[in-house]
Amino acid sequence: MDALEAFRRDTRAWLEANCPKEMRSPIRGDGEICWGGRNWTFQSDAQRVWLERMAARGWTVPAWPKAYGGGGLSHEEVKVLKEEMAAIRARSPLESFGIWMLGPALLAFGSEEQKKQYLPPIARGEIRWCQGYSEPNAGSDLASLQTKAEDGGDHFIVTGSKIWTSYADKADMIFCLVRTDPAAPKHLGISFILFDMTWPGVSTKPITLISGKSPFCETFFDGVKVPKANLVGTLNRGWDIAKYLLTHEREMIGGGAGGLLGGRSPGQVAADEIGLDATGRLDDAFLRTDTARAEVDALAFALTMARYKDEAAAGGRGVGDKSSVLKYYGTELNKRRYELMMRLAGHGGLEWEGARSNDGELPRAWLRTKANSIEGGTSEVMLDIVAKRLLDLPSA
Amino acid sequence: MLVLNEDQRMLQDAARGFVQEKSPVASLRKLRDQHVADGFDRALWRDMADMGWAGVLVPEEAGGLGFGYVGAGLICEEMGRTLAASPFLSTAVMAATALSRAGTPAQKDRWLPAIAAGEAIIATAVDEGRKHNPAKTALKAEASGNGFKLSGEKIQVADGHVADAILVAARTAGTPGEKDGISLFLIDPKTRGLSTERVATLDSRGAARLTFDDVQVTGADLVGELDQGLGLIEIVLGAGRAGLAAELTGNAQETFGRTVAYLRERKQFGRTIGAFQALQHRAAHLFCEIEIARSAVLSALQALDRDPADAALSVSLAKAKAADVARLAAQEAIQMHGGIGMTDAIDIGLFAKRMQVAAELYGDADFHADRVALARGF
Ligand SMILES: Cc1cc2nc3c(=O)[nH]c(=O)nc-3n(C[C@H](O)[C@H](O)[C@H](O)COP(=O)(O)OP(=O)(O)OC[C@H]3O[C@@H](n4cnc5c(N)ncnc54)[C@H](O)[C@@H]3O)c2cc1C
Ligand SMILES: Cc1cc2nc3c(=O)[nH]c(=O)nc-3n(C[C@H](O)[C@H](O)[C@H](O)COP(=O)(O)OP(=O)(O)OC[C@H]3O[C@@H](n4cnc5c(N)ncnc54)[C@H](O)[C@@H]3O)c2cc1C
Repeated sequence: MDALEAFRRDTRAWLEANCPKEMRSPIRGDGEICWGGRNWTFQSDAQRVWLERMAARGWTVPAWPKAYGGGGLSHEEVKVLKEEMAAIRARSPLESFGIWMLGPALLAFGSEEQKKQYLPPIARGEIRWCQGYSEPNAGSDLASLQTKAEDGGDHFIVTGSKIWTSYADKADMIFCLVRTDPAAPKHLGISFILFDMTWPGVSTKPITLISGKSPFCETFFDGVKVPKANLVGTLNRGWDIAKYLLTHEREMIGGGAGGLLGGRSPGQVAADEIGLDATGRLDDAFLRTDTARAEVDALAFALTMARYKDEAAAGGRGVGDKSSVLKYYGTELNKRRYELMMRLAGHGGLEWEGARSNDGELPRAWLRTKANSIEGGTSEVMLDIVAKRLLDLPSA
Repeated sequence: MLVLNEDQRMLQDAARGFVQEKSPVASLRKLRDQHVADGFDRALWRDMADMGWAGVLVPEEAGGLGFGYVGAGLICEEMGRTLAASPFLSTAVMAATALSRAGTPAQKDRWLPAIAAGEAIIATAVDEGRKHNPAKTALKAEASGNGFKLSGEKIQVADGHVADAILVAARTAGTPGEKDGISLFLIDPKTRGLSTERVATLDSRGAARLTFDDVQVTGADLVGELDQGLGLIEIVLGAGRAGLAAELTGNAQETFGRTVAYLRERKQFGRTIGAFQALQHRAAHLFCEIEIARSAVLSALQALDRDPADAALSVSLAKAKAADVARLAAQEAIQMHGGIGMTDAIDIGLFAKRMQVAAELYGDADFHADRVALARGF
């Protein structure tokens, strides 16, 4: 306990000395997130300095081993770091699919060489990754994917297309599910490979979403030559890696979506915008009731996330299939939260363009949340997983 | 850490084993069908006391176990699973909290060892109206002699019909609705002018309606500070609310478990109904809700162990969530059992009835959601 208190003291002092003032306010919208990558242009010196300092300590990925660019911190220490960062409202120095998804999968399934090659650049924000999973005819039924990787001797020849690839046009590399054995049962012929988005044969085409923003792409592979050294794990056994990665993705989406950190909660927004009556209650009974129940759920959900992580740490394992609980509940909650935000904003939420509304930041965010219960596996698929794997209910 | 430690896990295992063996749902049925006036089994309560449960919150120097609120909550949760009837909540949780925190030395000496030994039952009388609202306490305490004369009424006093002593919230000053002016007294139910009427409750247990007709109490009967009792009452209620929230999650987990088991065995249209996605998704949703409630309950119990005076938000969060979730669990249990779920022959209805009592007592989900909202600034 003393060591942890000492760690807290040192962390607080270090953050105080090293976190630039400009990095101590909640991130407002996608535009202020630091994604890193080869072509990244920092929005400010502060953003660059903050990333460099955190990366130098391994604190962009505090739980990863030091050998791979991480901080080597224990579960308890990571918690302390997060608490201390939250206390000064420090921004996350770096967000990336490399941190959330690929990194954990490589730590579990990658060769020593692959870990040394790929993990440190992720930790430093030098390489930006995208996720090549979904295909036009393989969304929820992901394992029915058709993009094929044929044996070309010392390399694979990849042909096919992906869809909904977030940030494919901005990413440096892709982690991709491909079919390496078309004759095998669908889960047993899939492999997990890594390659560069600049290699010949790779092209992307943006897809515009209802929010009017377009970080999404169709991605096409036309005879892309990928060295066999870029295969992760065993040939045709990529599904195990895919699933492992998905549990991390789900945990992350659920957690990120449901949390109250960063921005204000709907209750606080409501108090500011609508006002309180003489008893300190929101001056709108219908809104207050719905907001109060959403607040109860959000607080209890945040505790559940903490409980699962504590349980996982105590048991020396991951969150596992319970990531589906977090994914489902967190994303449904986040949708509810943005429905409330729109009701609270009233006419103010209707403006789509113009400086006053920051080009419709709120309605665009509201529309974006509709994807929370689709991306990374839909709510229906999450409920299926809970029913079958956690409740052991029979298949139809 | 939102996990149980080794000692707490052992207590949980012991409690589960004990209630399942000594107090299965069948015992509650027996109490009901035989119209046992106490609403609980005294021999069972003695056995529970032998396990140390009655003293779970009594300090060790007074003969208790000093196991804390997490321990008490685990016992409540297990009781919720089998609908065990006992004065555990009223006495071992609430009265022990009141007296160990605010009792005079004489009150502590007299009552704490007796609570720990399972020899004294103490009820807490707060509610007077349709909905729970301690600040609205109206029962009048007028200065008289070296003490007060109490007049008014208390309803739904859990275990009030079997209590050896009763903690009563009374208004010594101010008007109903004001936070100041409320005091807590510990009185003998046989005091002249106090009449106790047993009320058989929905959950086949018992509560009392108390009528005070110039009941004389002395200064020595006061627990805590004169006119400033609401803070103490809130702490005592907080302990009770957290205990009920734990009981409600136990109730929800058990009805849910029984429902899932039924989904696995009942066949319609040539397959087990658990294979129908329409039911699977509702069951999966309910499972998620129960998980959320459990976290809120554990967090509230831990907050009480840290500082009961600073746990109000956590406790209200837990009671609001647990009450809503247990209600959903009861509804879904009946629905998914189909017609058989409506029958008295299976236990689901008994769980639903206990749920309703526990959800309403000391503030329903709306009451507590309101408090959460206020604490969060709106
Ligand atoms: C914003 C966004 C970002 C994304 N980013 C990426 C990315 O970076 N990389 C990537 O690979 N993919 C990405 N995706 C794709 C995402 O993973 C898929 O959209 C998702 O898996 C659902 O597949 P689908 O769209 O084909 O829907 P479908 O599978 O066609 O589903 C349509 C509807 O049917 C329901 N349904 C399907 N099967 C069942 C079933 N068995 N039982 C009950 N209901 C069912 C679904 O729940 C849904 O409501 C992204 C998607 C979005 C919206
Ligand atoms: C108070 C009461 C009075 C009644 N009176 C009469 C009467 O006078 N005469 C008479 O003949 N009957 C009567 N009934 C019986 C009533 O019609 C049946 O209870 C009803 O049809 C449901 O059948 P079950 O109880 O066998 O439930 P089950 O069929 O076993 O259903 C159990 C659960 O599974 C669900 N389920 C079943 N099949 C599917 C499916 N394919 N997809 C999704 N979910 C499914 C059901 O919706 C239910 O939630 C009465 C029932 C009650 C409760």
